[in-house]
Amino acid sequence: MSHSTKEFSNPVIRWIEYRLPIFSFIDSSVGTGYPTPRNLNYWWNFGSLAGVVLVIMILTGVMLAANYTANVGYAFESVERIMRDVNYGWLLRYLHSNGSSMFFIIVYIHMFRGLYFGSYKAPRELLWILGVFIILAMMATAFMGYVLPWGQMSFWGATVITNLFSAIPLIGESIVTWLWGGFSVANPTLNRFFAWHYLLPFILFALVFIHLWALHVHKSNNPLGIDAKGAGDMIPFHPYYTIKDTFGMGVFMIIYLSFVFFAPDFFGEPDNYIKANPMVTPPEIVPEWYFLPFYAILRAITFNIFFIPAKLIGVIAMFSSILILLFLPWLDRCKVRSARFRPLYKQFFWIFVLDTLILGYVGANPPQGLFIPIGQAATAYYFAHFLIIIPLLGVLEKTKPLPESISAAVTESGTSGKENG
Amino acid sequence: MIEQSMMQQPLDDGFPRRDFLFIATGTVAAAGTALAVWPLIHSMNPAADILAVSKTEVDLGPIEVGQRITVVWRGKPIFVDHRSPERIAQARADDKAELIDPQLDSERVQKDEWLIVIGICTHLGCIPLGQRTGDSRGDYGGWFCPCHGSHYDTSGRIRKGPAPKNLVIPPYTFTKNTTIKIG
Amino acid sequence: MQKKIFLSAFLALVLGSSAVYAESEKVPSLDWSFKGVFGTFDRGALKRGFQIYSEVCSACHSLRLLSYRNLKEIGFSKNEIKAIAAEKEVQDGPNDDGEMFMRPAKPADRFVSPYPNKKAAQAANNGALPPDLSLIVKARKGGADYIHALLTGYKDEPPKGFNLLEGSNYNIYFPGNQIAMPAPLSDDAVEYADGTKPTLDQLARDISTFLAWTSSPELEARKSMGIKVILFLLVLTGMLYALMKRIWAKLH
Repeated sequence: MSHSTKEFSNPVIRWIEYRLPIFSFIDSSVGTGYPTPRNLNYWWNFGSLAGVVLVIMILTGVMLAANYTANVGYAFESVERIMRDVNYGWLLRYLHSNGSSMFFIIVYIHMFRGLYFGSYKAPRELLWILGVFIILAMMATAFMGYVLPWGQMSFWGATVITNLFSAIPLIGESIVTWLWGGFSVANPTLNRFFAWHYLLPFILFALVFIHLWALHVHKSNNPLGIDAKGAGDMIPFHPYYTIKDTFGMGVFMIIYLSFVFFAPDFFGEPDNYIKANPMVTPPEIVPEWYFLPFYAILRAITFNIFFIPAKLIGVIAMFSSILILLFLPWLDRCKVRSARFRPLYKQFFWIFVLDTLILGYVGANPPQGLFIPIGQAATAYYFAHFLIIIPLLGVLEKTKPLPESISAAVTESGTSGKENG
Repeated sequence: MIEQSMMQQPLDDGFPRRDFLFIATGTVAAAGTALAVWPLIHSMNPAADILAVSKTEVDLGPIEVGQRITVVWRGKPIFVDHRSPERIAQARADDKAELIDPQLDSERVQKDEWLIVIGICTHLGCIPLGQRTGDSRGDYGGWFCPCHGSHYDTSGRIRKGPAPKNLVIPPYTFTKNTTIKIG
Repeated sequence: MQKKIFLSAFLALVLGSSAVYAESEKVPSLDWSFKGVFGTFDRGALKRGFQIYSEVCSACHSLRLLSYRNLKEIGFSKNEIKAIAAEKEVQDGPNDDGEMFMRPAKPADRFVSPYPNKKAAQAANNGALPPDLSLIVKARKGGADYIHALLTGYKDEPPKGFNLLEGSNYNIYFPGNQIAMPAPLSDDAVEYADGTKPTLDQLARDISTFLAWTSSPELEARKSMGIKVILFLLVLTGMLYALMKRIWAKLH
C-alpha cells in the first residue's frame, strides 16, 4: 500500500499519524492522494455502491438477528414478531430482503461493466478472480439467508438445492446427510444455516478488503481501456469521485427505498408467507430471481452422457457457469481491453446479456413445452460465448485504433471521448 | 506503475470548504443519517408485545386480612401484604425509630391495609423470606433476607443488615376498591 | 442500435411465451383504499371486515399471529377490546395445585383458534385444513384482488364435462377450480353494525380489506414514512448533483 506524501498540520492528527499512519492511509486510498482516471463514467459507481449495500445488509442483519430465533418451532413466528411488534421491525426486515436483491443487481451490473471494458485483463486478473470468489460467497450467503424465515419456498428451495449434492458419485448421499445434519432439511439444518449466514458476510468483508487492495495496485481501468501514461490522465479520487459516488448513492437510495416503502414484496414469492410444511410441496419451486439463470442451466441438462447421469451433468454445468469466469483473462487473448474499440466483441457482449436474461426468464417458468428447448439453446450459447466466441474474437477481431492517451481523448472532443454505446 | 505525481490537481484548493452549497448539502446529509440511525436504535426498545404485558392487574378481593401473596410483574416478584390493624400500628410506631432509609409508613402506602412492594432485596437482589406461613419474618415483623441477613419491618423498610434502601414501591393505582393495576 | 434490437427481441420472447400455458381465470383488479403511494385502510371497512371474520370465518379459520390488542388500530376502545377478548377462553397455569386452568382472554393474548391443533381442524373439515388467515393476502398471488375474486367466484354448477369431485365446490378463480371450502358468504350473510347494505360484493370487499390489514398492519406507517423519505432524498440528491457539477467544473 502506498503512502501519500501529504503533511498534516493538526497536532492531534500528527500524534496519531506518527504512531498509526491511518490518516495518510485514508488519504492515499480514497483521498486526495489516490489517482483515478479522469474519464470514468457512471458504470464505475457500482463498486462503491456494492460496498454501501454490504454495510446496510450487515447493520440490518445484526438488528434482525437480535430478534430472530433459528428453531423450526419459532423461526417463522419470530420473523412475524419482527414485522408486527418490534419497533421499526418491518423496516429492518424489508431493508434486508430488498437489500439482498439490490446487492445482486448492483454486483451483476458491476460484473457486466468488467466484461464490457475488459477490466478482467492484465494486470487485473487477480482482481477479477477475487470478484468471482465474492459473488460465490454472496450466493452462499443469500441462499442460506432465504432459508431462515422458514416459509414454504425457504424449506423446499433448501431441499431441492441441497439434494443436488447427492448427484456426486459414491459419496453424494453421505455429503447430503452431513450437510443436513439429519435425513431431511430440518432443525439442525436451519440452525447451522443461521450460524453460517451470520459468519459469511464477514468473510465477504475480508474478500472485499483484499479485492480493493488488488485494485489499488494498478488503479482503476477506464472506459477507453488504455493505461494512464502521463500527467493529466489521472485526477485525485477526492473530491471528484467521492462526490460522484455520493451522488450515485443518492440515486440508488431513491430506487432502493421506493421498493422498501411502496413495493416491499415485489422481488419475493407469496408462497414464502406460508409456514414451511414438509408434507406439502408447492406447485412451483422457484429460487430468488438472482439465481434464476443458474437454475435454468441446472434444469437444461435432461439427458445422460454415457454413464454420467443428467442430474450430475446439470450440477456440474451450473457450477461451471460461474467458475468459467475465473478463466476469462486467459480465454480472451485480445490486447485491446475496451469494447469501445472492439466492434464485433461489442455485438456479442449484448447478445450475451440477452442470453442471460433469457436464461433468467426460463428459470422462472416450469420446465415445460417451449421453455425446455429455449433453455437448452440459451445454456449452450452461454458456454459457447466463453469457450468459442471469446477465444476466436481474441485472435481474429480487427480492433479500432486506440486514442493516444486518456487526456488526449478527453480534451479533443470536449466530452469524455465516448462514442455511441 | 501509476504515481501520485501523475495526477492533475484541481485548479484551486479543490474542495470548496466554506461554500454554502457544500455546508447545506453536508447538513442535510448529516440530518438524513441521524434520521436513518434512529430506527436501528429504537428497534432495541421494548417491543409492542413486551409493552402489552408490562402492566399487571391484581384482584385483592380474595386476600384475607393478615394474608400475603406474591404476584409477578415484569418478571419481578411483587409482595402484596393485607396488613392487620396491629401491623399497621407497628409500622406507624416505627416511623419514629432510627431508620437506615428514613421514610414514613404513610408515604409508602395508598391504603393503609395494603402494602405493595417489589420483593427484591435492595442489597444484592435476593428474594426475602416472609411470604409463606412458617417463613422467618426477621426481627421487625416484615421480611428477612437469608442471603446476607437484611431485616425489613412491617412497612418494608430496612432496619438491620447490609441493604441500603427500603423495599421499592412499584407504580400502582387502585382501579377499583379491590383491584390494583401495577405498572 | 444493438440495444434496440436486443430489447425488442427480449420483449417478444417474454410476451409471446405468456401464451405458453393457461391458468385459472384472470383475477379482476379492484380499487382498494389501501392501494397506491397514498393508500390508507378505510376504518369502516376494517370494522365491518372484523365483524365478518368474527361471525363467519372464525368458525374454521384461525388468526394466530394477531393479538386482541391489535384491534386498537381498527378503532375499538380499550374496554371494547377487553370485552371482545373476554368472550373467548385461553388455557393458563399451572396454578399452585399444579393444574392447568381456563381463563377469559386478555387483550395481550393472541386470537383464540377455533381448533386446538391442525389435526383437529382437518378432522372437522373432511381432511381439508382451513388455512390461518393472518398473512393470507400476502400469501396468495393477486393479494386482496384474489381473495375478493375467490369469495365471489363460486358457481352453483360446474361447466359441462367438468368432473367435480365429491365434497368439492366449483370456483372459477381457485387454481384447479375445485375448492374444499363451500361459499362462505352470500347476500345478507351478516347484518352490519353500521347499517351498510351487506351484498356479497360488499362483504367480500370488507373481509378482503380486513385481511389485507392483518397481513400488513404496518402499511399506513410504511407509506407515510416512504413519502417523506423519498421527498427528502430527492432534495438531497439534487443538492449532491449541484455540488458534483460545481466540483467537476474546476477541472481543465
